[in-house]
Amino acid sequence: MKYALLLLLLAAARLPGKDSCLECHSQMTGDLQAPASAFQSSVHFQHGFTCADCHGGDPNSDDPDASMSKAHGFAGVPPRTAVPKLCARCHSNPNFMRKYNPSERVDQNAEYATSVHGQHLAKGDAAVATCIDCHGIHDIRAARDPLSPVYPLNLPKTCAHCHADAAHMAPYKIPTNQYADYLKSVHWEELSKRGDLSAPNCATCHGNHGAKPPAVSSVAAVCGTCHVFEEQLFDKSPHQPAFAAMSAGTCVVCHSNHAILKTSDQLLGGKNAVCGECHDPDSAGGKTAAQAAGLIQDLQSRIAAADAILEQARTSGIEVSEAILRQTDARQNLVKARANVHAFAIQAVSQPVQAGLAIAAEDYRAGEAALKEKNIRRMGLATSLAAILVTMAGLWLIIRWLHSART
Amino acid sequence: MLPIQPSPRRKAIAAWFQDRLAWDSVREFIAHKTVPVHSGTIWYAFGGITLFLFVIQVVTGILLLVYYRPTPSEAYESVQFIVTRVAFGWLIRSIHIWSANLLILSAFVHMISVAFLHAYRKPRELVWLSGIVLLALALGFGFSGYLLPWNTISFFATKVGTDMATFIPWMGSTVGRYLRGGDAVGGATLTRFFGFHVAVLPALTSLFLLFHLGLVQKFGISTPPWVEKRSRGAGTRPPQMPFFPDFFLHELMVWYGALALLGILAAVFPWELGQKADAFASAPAGIRPEWYFLAPFYTLKLIPGHVAGMEGEVVGLLGFGLLAFWWAALPFWGARPDGTVRSKLVTGGAVAFLAYLSTFSLLGYLR
Amino acid sequence: MPPARRNIVFWIFGGGFIGSLISFLYPVVRFLNPPAVSEASVNEVVGGKGQDLAPNAGKIVKFGTQPVLLIRLGQTEWRAFSAVCTHLSCIVQYDAPRKLIWCACHNGQYDLSGKVIAGPPPAPLKEYAVHLRGEDVVISRS
Repeated sequence: MKYALLLLLLAAARLPGKDSCLECHSQMTGDLQAPASAFQSSVHFQHGFTCADCHGGDPNSDDPDASMSKAHGFAGVPPRTAVPKLCARCHSNPNFMRKYNPSERVDQNAEYATSVHGQHLAKGDAAVATCIDCHGIHDIRAARDPLSPVYPLNLPKTCAHCHADAAHMAPYKIPTNQYADYLKSVHWEELSKRGDLSAPNCATCHGNHGAKPPAVSSVAAVCGTCHVFEEQLFDKSPHQPAFAAMSAGTCVVCHSNHAILKTSDQLLGGKNAVCGECHDPDSAGGKTAAQAAGLIQDLQSRIAAADAILEQARTSGIEVSEAILRQTDARQNLVKARANVHAFAIQAVSQPVQAGLAIAAEDYRAGEAALKEKNIRRMGLATSLAAILVTMAGLWLIIRWLHSART
Repeated sequence: MLPIQPSPRRKAIAAWFQDRLAWDSVREFIAHKTVPVHSGTIWYAFGGITLFLFVIQVVTGILLLVYYRPTPSEAYESVQFIVTRVAFGWLIRSIHIWSANLLILSAFVHMISVAFLHAYRKPRELVWLSGIVLLALALGFGFSGYLLPWNTISFFATKVGTDMATFIPWMGSTVGRYLRGGDAVGGATLTRFFGFHVAVLPALTSLFLLFHLGLVQKFGISTPPWVEKRSRGAGTRPPQMPFFPDFFLHELMVWYGALALLGILAAVFPWELGQKADAFASAPAGIRPEWYFLAPFYTLKLIPGHVAGMEGEVVGLLGFGLLAFWWAALPFWGARPDGTVRSKLVTGGAVAFLAYLSTFSLLGYLR
Repeated sequence: MPPARRNIVFWIFGGGFIGSLISFLYPVVRFLNPPAVSEASVNEVVGGKGQDLAPNAGKIVKFGTQPVLLIRLGQTEWRAFSAVCTHLSCIVQYDAPRKLIWCACHNGQYDLSGKVIAGPPPAPLKEYAVHLRGEDVVISRS
């Protein structure tokens, strides 16, 4: 018994730098070699973990029969259903994780158990995602590593690997168009085109380890983590109780869920306005929507008009920087008015619109004054040119007179 | 003098000044100064126009100096300030730029007309040479002044321009460092160009201008050989008109015309200021120098990387050097020792020179 | 030419000449007249008097054509940042209770060194230097 314990200790206490798994498998080919080379780019390898830490066995022995013997705890390929537990051995151990990152969370496995993935796995369905399906198997990288499959830019594709696969999703009877929809969304545009890594990807709304579609009642709260005002306004609006009574998913009713397009004033007014889907144009709601759309449209066109006249003045070399700066305020009122649409009350929209209109009108007047200044300049030029021409005429007459006086 | 009988009071005032200024010698001199009259008399106006534009440059330049600040952090802002905040600042700056361009144009016309009228011949070789120096100084004004607003285009044009200088064999890097005040275009280049533009070049220009004008006064205005020959055949003196008031009044009219043109150009086409230079930004596409540097710029672009074992740029600079030397030496190869001109050779040379400059400038502009 | 007509000719020339001289000199005189804003420098701007801003408060100051958020943290501690949110260019404001810079449009939050701590802004706010010159609070590019 004593000896056995000693043996076990020896096996655990690896000789420094010795890792016979990696040594042998690196020299193999195909499937036996691939894990060895993949593992070397993993965050685990960087921190000094070995194959044996997951697969068991004795990395000190060069004899395959000894190193991969049951006696040394060699487990081989862990079954899919056992993966979360395997990872959790370390990742759910606060004392262990603290050594590597004191602020690292250790509740991933607990969260996973609450996710749709985790619940199916618990029922014995091995086809659902486990840790390795999102994070990779041997080449697990830190989530902040741009090559990691869960890096914000890569995550949508990682989820789509299963969720856009119709065959894979068939048993669960859920749609597979989310990824295609998401690629059309303003969120993906912000993420991929502008490189704003804080723009939402799948996990931002669904959670990562505890991935689950948000309940209808919590949609507004989910969107509200970023769109704070819209949520606050909506909560106080007449739509809130109405949507709740219908068990409608608040924000997504108008903005859709995955294909959240860039909002435009077309949502509010015009032929394709979403308001029209419920509200008759002649009803009170329909009229309010049209009125709000008109107000916003008006402010937008007044701002554009002021912009145009100021640009015209600026390019003719007249100082209008003050007014150009003030245009920012007008524009901010436009942003505010658009956000205030979510209060679904005309007062909330008209207030910033009126403020913005006043500023835009002032700026337009500044532009007009600048163009008047331009005309004054032209008049000055004309006056000076007139004097010049009179002088030239005088000179010409004098020259003519000189000639006639001489001859 | 004007053919008017002055009143007794004017006579008295004139006498008062005569006693104190002794200006009758000047009046005498002016009264005897004449300008040859022939079909090419109009070309004589361009020397005067250039001089007049130079005076405008001095006046507007001094005005701009009141507000301009020659540091990388303030140059652009101060020009912007002049253009937007200072009353008529936009006008003064625009006139300064337009006048600079017209000055170089009229100096070119003056030079080419002198070649065609063969006015460089003995004893006026030094007038020609000092004129060449003045043109070089004017180009120096243009090159140094271009950088002063410190905008993107001028910054990169200066980079390209000073880069070319570094290809001069043996002393290239020294010349480059000398021009830039360091290894790269930067704040040191700006203060240096400013110094050149407002002090060194004006001083040199004043000296050469005095020399140039003094010699013109001394030898009078040249009469073209064919006019001389014709009148010699007829046994008369070549027809002349008095400089004052006839030629002067004409000149004054032309100056006023130039002023009107300047006013229109400056007020209707104010010069854009562009974006502030950023030394770390990449060069914008389509960088090209001012129009008067386009011909050499485009030529250098056409020359292949290596010619006969030498770098293309070196060959180009060598070529320009020889061309400039050949053109400057015009009075020496364009006239025989006895003073008669090799008329066909000079006219052919001038036409070729003009053809090269205009085609390559145009090609450089269109590219 | 009879003297009367000659005089008219001289009057035309003289009148035009003097008129044109005035039209040349007028801009020159106006040019030399000091403009309302006496300096070109947009390298620094006076953000008002020190006592005009209470401690733990902020205000928007025009810096050239750019808005700058001037914050007074304590009696003597001042900070200034570009007031343009790096997300969608809204104007940010100082949130006194939470002691952070906040954008009302999408709830972007920056700490008091301009770093993004929450919300969508993709980049930090540019910081400006603040000095006290007598009573004036001077903001300059740092």
